[in-house]
Amino acid sequence: MTLLSRGFQRQFLGYVGAVIFLVALWQFAAWSLSTPLLPHPLAALRATARLLFDESLGKHLWVSTYRVVLSTLLSLLLGLPLGLIMGYERRIDRFLAPLVYITYPIPKIVFLPLILLFFGLGDGSKIFLITFIVFFQILVTTRDAVRKVPAETVSSLRSLGGNRAQVYRYVLLPASLPDVLTSLRLSMGTAIAVLFFAESFATTEGLGYFIMDSWSRAAPDEMFAGIIMMALLGVGLFIIVDFLETIFCRWQHLKGD
Amino acid sequence: MIEISHCDLAYVLGASQVKVYDKFSLKVEQGESLVLIGPSGCGKSTLLYLLAGLLQPTGGEINIRGERVIGTRQKTAFILQEYGLFPWLNVEQNVSLGLRVRHMPKKIYQEAVSEIIHKMGLWDVLHHFPSQLSGGQRQRVALARALTLNPDLLLMDEPLSALDALTRERLQKLLLEIWQDQKLTTVLVTHSIEEAVFLGSRILVLADGRPTHVMGDILNPLVGQSSYRRTPEFFQKTSYVRSLLEGGKVG
Repeated sequence: MTLLSRGFQRQFLGYVGAVIFLVALWQFAAWSLSTPLLPHPLAALRATARLLFDESLGKHLWVSTYRVVLSTLLSLLLGLPLGLIMGYERRIDRFLAPLVYITYPIPKIVFLPLILLFFGLGDGSKIFLITFIVFFQILVTTRDAVRKVPAETVSSLRSLGGNRAQVYRYVLLPASLPDVLTSLRLSMGTAIAVLFFAESFATTEGLGYFIMDSWSRAAPDEMFAGIIMMALLGVGLFIIVDFLETIFCRWQHLKGD
Repeated sequence: MIEISHCDLAYVLGASQVKVYDKFSLKVEQGESLVLIGPSGCGKSTLLYLLAGLLQPTGGEINIRGERVIGTRQKTAFILQEYGLFPWLNVEQNVSLGLRVRHMPKKIYQEAVSEIIHKMGLWDVLHHFPSQLSGGQRQRVALARALTLNPDLLLMDEPLSALDALTRERLQKLLLEIWQDQKLTTVLVTHSIEEAVFLGSRILVLADGRPTHVMGDILNPLVGQSSYRRTPEFFQKTSYVRSLLEGGKVG
């Protein structure tokens, strides 16, 4: 327990150090460029605090969080089972894999106009677009992770009397979970980038809108308040996935005596 | 107990068909401790997979206790090579998994599992994961898991191959004890001649190449005596098995 908390303490200090370093870098850049486009960190933080409590920045943050979290959950809900099935059931994989591998590299973001047309300007189109992109990443990772599971591990469960459903539950899911969570963590960056892009079009809600709106109003400190929120959203989600990994994949991080 | 009659097993490799078993027959009596020994690739492990019901023969049939094997069987336990443990489950979860997949309620299996874990000397590492265990401990976990199923047939694929000499001898003794106490029928695959003679009441020496054929079917009635390892009979038997294996390789 003490070891764990000491590890946590060290990690926490690491994060604090990184933040201080980045803020110092920002301050230095602001000083040396000395342009109204790049506000000083303190000005941006002041704007953040003001907007968060007095105005609608909180609402935009909530809308963005809700969109990205819901899309990620949907992607998991769809990508994980399908990836497990494709990884294990060779017959289904033979049929679906070519389809996935042809569509996977297509930049889905180019479909935004079409998606706006079908799903409207509200949450639907944003959630659909993010899900559409993250789903593929989770699907492909899960499928590949399942294919790496040694045949003996499956045989071992079958020899205990495990049926097909139990192979999924006791072998394939736990075996692929570390890779799935790693992929999910990396997907967070993509998801937020897509969110920003989707929110900067034809909408009046979300951090993406807020950033672009501040920019067009020539309010750089407000724009940076939006950027800070977006960064915090990204870091927050990243940490949550990291935390899930330490809970569900503890066995991966242990060393022998 | 086990009756393998005219079993065929073949797989397709490129354009040709490889016959692993061709009209292979074998009978194993109840309570026998059969050891299969032979060079790599002679089909020893495949035979265990067939007996476990994880592979189906392409011809002939296998009966255990008069029932045809068409899938896994409740009273057969199989310890795979490298122990077949699940790295994401701790010792307790690994040991109880067989009962969990059989939908036994926790209240009922808890006691049996605790008892076996105690007996196997694993109580101190109850919540450890396999990566935190020594080779010998892992093997004990695999054994414990097999025994919770209360099997009448125990199949083991090179169970002690990765262990150091002393641990190996200790576990050999443990295997003998289990075999004698529980009156199990066991089928064990090994590469070690010494282990084959120490553990097998009957030793089947398999020849190199395919399809599998038996070079020697040796009865070993003195097995089970703890001092057997130091007797002249033990030495004679190992020399005999060795000569068969060496002859087989030349042939």
